[in-house]
Amino acid sequence: MGVRPGHRVPTWCLGLVAVLLLGTALAALGVLGGQSLPERTGPPIEQLAVEGTVLTPGVIELTVRNTGPDPVQVAQVFVNDVYVDVVGAGEPIGGLGTATLRLAYPWQDGQPYLVSMLTSSGAVIEDEIPAAVATPRAGPGFFGLMALLGAYVGIIPVLLGMMFLPVLRRAGRGLVRVLLGVTVGLLAFLVVDGTAEGVELAESAGGAFGGATLVALGAALAFLVLTGFDRWLRDGQHADGGGSAGGFRLALMIAVGIGLHNLGEGLAIGSAYAVGELALGTALVVGFALHNTTEGVAVVAPLTDKRPSLLRLLALGLIAGAPAILGAVLGAAVNNTELSGFLLGIGVGAIVQVITQIVPVLRERAGSRLAPTTIGGLLAGVLIMYLTGLLVAA
Amino acid sequence: MAAASRPSRRRFLIGGAGAGAGAVAGSVGLALGQRAPLEAQGAIARADVASSQGAGTGHGGVTDATHGGGVSGPTFRQGSTVDHAANGFDPSALLRDFDYGTTSVLPDGRVLREWDIFASDEDIEVAPGVVFPAWTFNSRIPGPTLRCQEGDLLRVNFTNGSAHPHTMHFHGIHPAGMDGVPDVGAGVIEPGRTLTYEFDAAPFGVHLYHCHVSPLAEHIARGMYGTFIIDPLRGRPPADELIMVMHGYNTTFDADGNQLYAVNGIPFHYMHEPVRVQRNELVRIYLVNVLEYDPINSFHLHANFFDYYPTGTRLDPSEFTDTIMLGQGQRGICEVRFPHTGKFMFHAHKTEFADLGWMGFFEVAD
Repeated sequence: MGVRPGHRVPTWCLGLVAVLLLGTALAALGVLGGQSLPERTGPPIEQLAVEGTVLTPGVIELTVRNTGPDPVQVAQVFVNDVYVDVVGAGEPIGGLGTATLRLAYPWQDGQPYLVSMLTSSGAVIEDEIPAAVATPRAGPGFFGLMALLGAYVGIIPVLLGMMFLPVLRRAGRGLVRVLLGVTVGLLAFLVVDGTAEGVELAESAGGAFGGATLVALGAALAFLVLTGFDRWLRDGQHADGGGSAGGFRLALMIAVGIGLHNLGEGLAIGSAYAVGELALGTALVVGFALHNTTEGVAVVAPLTDKRPSLLRLLALGLIAGAPAILGAVLGAAVNNTELSGFLLGIGVGAIVQVITQIVPVLRERAGSRLAPTTIGGLLAGVLIMYLTGLLVAA
Repeated sequence: MAAASRPSRRRFLIGGAGAGAGAVAGSVGLALGQRAPLEAQGAIARADVASSQGAGTGHGGVTDATHGGGVSGPTFRQGSTVDHAANGFDPSALLRDFDYGTTSVLPDGRVLREWDIFASDEDIEVAPGVVFPAWTFNSRIPGPTLRCQEGDLLRVNFTNGSAHPHTMHFHGIHPAGMDGVPDVGAGVIEPGRTLTYEFDAAPFGVHLYHCHVSPLAEHIARGMYGTFIIDPLRGRPPADELIMVMHGYNTTFDADGNQLYAVNGIPFHYMHEPVRVQRNELVRIYLVNVLEYDPINSFHLHANFFDYYPTGTRLDPSEFTDTIMLGQGQRGICEVRFPHTGKFMFHAHKTEFADLGWMGFFEVAD
């Protein structure tokens, strides 16, 4: 480049000048540019997203967030065409601000309600309560129930799935590849499923914090962090001493990925239960057990030629399953659909990372084609997830 | 200045009115002073369904008690009221506000009766904290109650001070050119123009007037209507006379029903400022329905019966009842004597309208 070091202006100086110029230009734009353009024509844009609904006898409590550009003043509220006493949100709600409205209304169990918020400009913002159910009280008992639910749908099925390890050991390398194919198939299904659910959730709140973009952000974040984690494991061989570390490292990565997925799944279950959209019962628990048992198989699939200690296996199971407990508790406590979407995105990114880990192992040798049986395993994995997923259609 | 609302399941893009003149008046504020905690409300509601109002709810005295909430019925935010002074009219005053115009005697001995009426665009606080960009006659909703006697010669000097074209269309008997509809006679009165409508007062009864410019439903729904009373020559028995105009506000301008229903301008007004009348005194209600966007309206009086005179064009009642149903433009006279003191509810017996503002109280005293 022919730079003469002696006469060179320090880099930080150039940077400072650039930042100063940028700041000056922005300030000038703010002062002059804003005035050269007309104000927005048309009426104010009033948007509110309902982020939380708490139903107690005689009272409907809504937590709303202003997701639009203009302040919103909720002047009056009617529920199913009846004006009701309102406490809260006496002042206009600013952009991205929240407020809680307590409505005195003798709602009945199981009935649908339409809450209409009449703003100061006469606009009506509606929120639908599909079926009114008393919101569970957030006490130790409730969180205990959520933890139990998380254990049922997370830890127990994963541990059950891991019990297939002895069977896998007896099988040959070919069968293990088929099983890994099944694993990739079911993980691919979870990617599609989690993405769809995450996008739907994140968009449902009005997308003030990015909507679907949040899901992609979560996925990218998880993918990159896990890739970094994997590099770190490979470099240091921290997971398992010696050269045979590959299998256990892969198992750990799969467990972490599935764990992050189960965090999102637990979150969805917890929040669905909190708003009364989920019936707990035998069908749900058995359905999730079947569904998530396959995840346990996936975790132990790379360990067929290893002899991991029981403690280590248990740790893997907890890594994969326990986040469901955290998710369920979080989902029941924090009713923020965009946060749920973000966490589901993290699960998606984690699983994509895991898939990239397993795919090379599916081949007999580097560069060889996939065996037809392995492809059959892939298909079987997708089908298993689809069919067991039908059991837990909440 | 149109507004639209397109609510979807959980995603909303709401455009409210408010550009230019429609901007929310800075003076509008919520009077939220007196409000009982919801917990207390709920507790009372569960304990005793019957204690609907008064001292039991802890809102103060019986007379000015805040009514409603929970099982006690519909209400706006408790303690919140409309700023009548800023609006320039008060439903309590409108009740007995008859405008007889200015009279003179013509050479042939007939009475000439004249009114000056203007149209104007007004931001009106139609519910506590809710501003409605209205079109009005004489800056109020409903417009002035024009009252005359059968046989008078009437001159209504109408000036359009609004930014929109308007007319005055009277229900009654008059020549085609005085009908106040587009393309007949003077037709549409453009902003800044004046026209004198002149016709004889006939037939006697309770009538109405309203703007008749297209889109007609919007011109009516924006507030352009009023009561037009022609007294019979022989008069009616002395009574405490009241005007009640039933109407609504479609604040979203979606032409699909109304968000607010009212009698005499402000929803729920007579719930906390009851219509005060004397026991055993004859009360005569000139009742008019101009409700837009809903096919019917009704009037129901609690614990009392009234004689009903449809359109007021006969001096004998057609019915002794406590409930009547009216389509848009239908009107009549209700005559009632309250034999008991106390508070008696009146409301649309289309309960949805009552719950959305069209309800009030009579308070009968000795």
